[in-house]
Amino acid sequence: MHNDEAPELVCPELLRRTASGWSLLGGRCASCGEICFPAQRSCAKCCGTSVAAWEIGDRGTLWSWTIQGFLPKSPYDSGETESTFRPYGVGYVQMPSGLKVESRLTVSDPRRLQIGAPMALILQPYRTKPDGHQVFTFAFEPIA
Amino acid sequence: MSTEVAIIGIGIHPFGRTDQLTGLEQGAFAVRAALRDAGVAWSDIGVAFGGSYESGNADSMATLLGLTGLPFINVANGCATGGSALMSAVSAIRSGMAELAVAVGFDKHPRGAFNPKPADYGLGEWYGQTGLMLTTQFFALKARRYMHEYGISEDALVRVAHRAFRNGALNSNAWRRRELSYEEIAASAPVNLPLRKYMLCSPAEGGVGLVLCGADRARRYTSRSVALRAATVRTRLFGSFEVFSPSLAATQAPAPTVTAARAAFEEAGVAPNEIEVLQLQDTDSATEIIHMAENGFCQDGEQERLLQAGETEIGGRLPINTDGGCLANGEPIGASGLRQVFEICLQLHGQAGPRQVPGNPRLGYTHVYGAPGVSAVTILERRFA
Repeated sequence: MHNDEAPELVCPELLRRTASGWSLLGGRCASCGEICFPAQRSCAKCCGTSVAAWEIGDRGTLWSWTIQGFLPKSPYDSGETESTFRPYGVGYVQMPSGLKVESRLTVSDPRRLQIGAPMALILQPYRTKPDGHQVFTFAFEPIA
Repeated sequence: MSTEVAIIGIGIHPFGRTDQLTGLEQGAFAVRAALRDAGVAWSDIGVAFGGSYESGNADSMATLLGLTGLPFINVANGCATGGSALMSAVSAIRSGMAELAVAVGFDKHPRGAFNPKPADYGLGEWYGQTGLMLTTQFFALKARRYMHEYGISEDALVRVAHRAFRNGALNSNAWRRRELSYEEIAASAPVNLPLRKYMLCSPAEGGVGLVLCGADRARRYTSRSVALRAATVRTRLFGSFEVFSPSLAATQAPAPTVTAARAAFEEAGVAPNEIEVLQLQDTDSATEIIHMAENGFCQDGEQERLLQAGETEIGGRLPINTDGGCLANGEPIGASGLRQVFEICLQLHGQAGPRQVPGNPRLGYTHVYGAPGVSAVTILERRFA
C-alpha cells in the first residue's frame, strides 16, 4: 500500500481516518448513551431510535482470544486454500469506553497473546484478489 | 401452570451418519417410533411442531407419515429448535388446542463447521468475509475468558470430553462409540484454542420425536409417563455474551441460560439440588462447564473440583450427559434438544441399560443453547399410573 493511495477496505463503514491513523467507528445512543459497534439505527439497550456516529478509538486491552486453526468455509473470502491457509488470531479488545470489539489479531502465536495486554488498531490485508490487489480489514496487534 | 403436560411416547433415529436416509426421513422414523411407544396412530395426533436447521420443513414430514390435515407448525430456533417445538406443543395442550401433540426435531449436516450467512443474523457481509462468523470461535472466546476469571484448567476440558466418550460408548444410538483416552483428547489437534478436536462436537445427523398429552389423560395411553414440570425458552438480554457478536457491551448481563433455568425452577417449584440426572448443552467441553454454573448446579469455578471428584459421572451426585451428549452424539441442530429429553425419559424409567443412573431417579433436567442467544430448559418427573 502506498501512502498516497487509499486502501481498499472490506468494511469502510466501520473505520474513519484520524490525524494519527485510523479509528473504529460505531454509534452512540442519544437517549441512554450506550455505545454500539457496528453502528445501528436503533439502540439494543433502550430501544431509542436516535443513534449518532461515535469514534470508538484505536487502543484497548485484550479481553479474550483464540487462534482460528482451520480454513473457514464461505462466506470467508481470503482466497486461501487448505494448503495455503495460515491460522489467525481472533479476540475481543476492550476499548476505553468498556465496549469489547471482536477483531482479527495480527499474531497467531499463543505465547504472544495475554489477557490484559495493550493492543493497537491497524489495517491488515486479509485477501489478495486474482489481479494481485489487496483488500484490507481492521485488526489489533500487541503493543510491544 | 394449571394443566400439566406429560410425555407418553419417545422415539429416536440413531445419530451419526445414515447415508441412505434424508434428515426428513430420519425425523419421520423417530415420530413413528414415538407413536408406537405411546400406542397411538399418527391420525390421532391433533397438532405437531417441529424443525430442522438445514434438512427442510418439518411439515413436509406429513407426506411420509400421512396427510391427515392436522396443523403442523414449522419451528426454526437454531440449536433451541427442539426445545422450542416442545414448549410450543406443551402450550398447545395446555390451551386445549389438542389432546395429543407431537414435537419432532431432525437434521442432516454436511461435514465440517457450520457456515451461516451474516444477513440471517442481521450482520454485515464483512463479518463472514473476514473470518469472524464461526461458532467454534465464540465457544473458544467465551471459554478463554471464563477460564481466566474462574480458574478453570485445561485438565477440566479434557475430563469433560473423556467422560462424554466413555458414556457414548455405552449408548447404541450414539455416533462416536469409541472411548478415547485422556492423552488422546489432550493431544488432539488445536481447532480454536483452548479447544481441541475432541473437545468440540461435530455437525451430524439424527432425529427425535415425542408424543405428548395432558398429564391427567396420560394413563389412558400408558402406565409410565414423564411429566413436564417446566418447559421454558428465553432469549438474550442486552449485555450478555453471545455467539456472532461483533462487540460486547461494557456491562455484562446474565446469559439466556440463566434466565431460562431460573424460570424453569420457579415454574416447577424445584431446586437444582433435587435434580438427579441432567443434560447440559455440550457443543464443547468448556460450554458444558460454563452451563453447569449458568443453570444453577454449582458456583462459578466449582466445576474443577466436581470433575476431579467424579461427581458428574453416571454414578456421581450430578450425572451429566449420560448418553455422551453432543460430543459423542454429534450435533444435528434440530434434533439435539429433543435427544436430551429422550435420554432423561429413559433414565427416569430405568431403561438406560449400561448407562443407567443408580438410585431410581425421579427428577431430570435438560438444557440447550443456540444462536443467536436462546436457551431452552425442561424439568422432567417420572410418573406411574
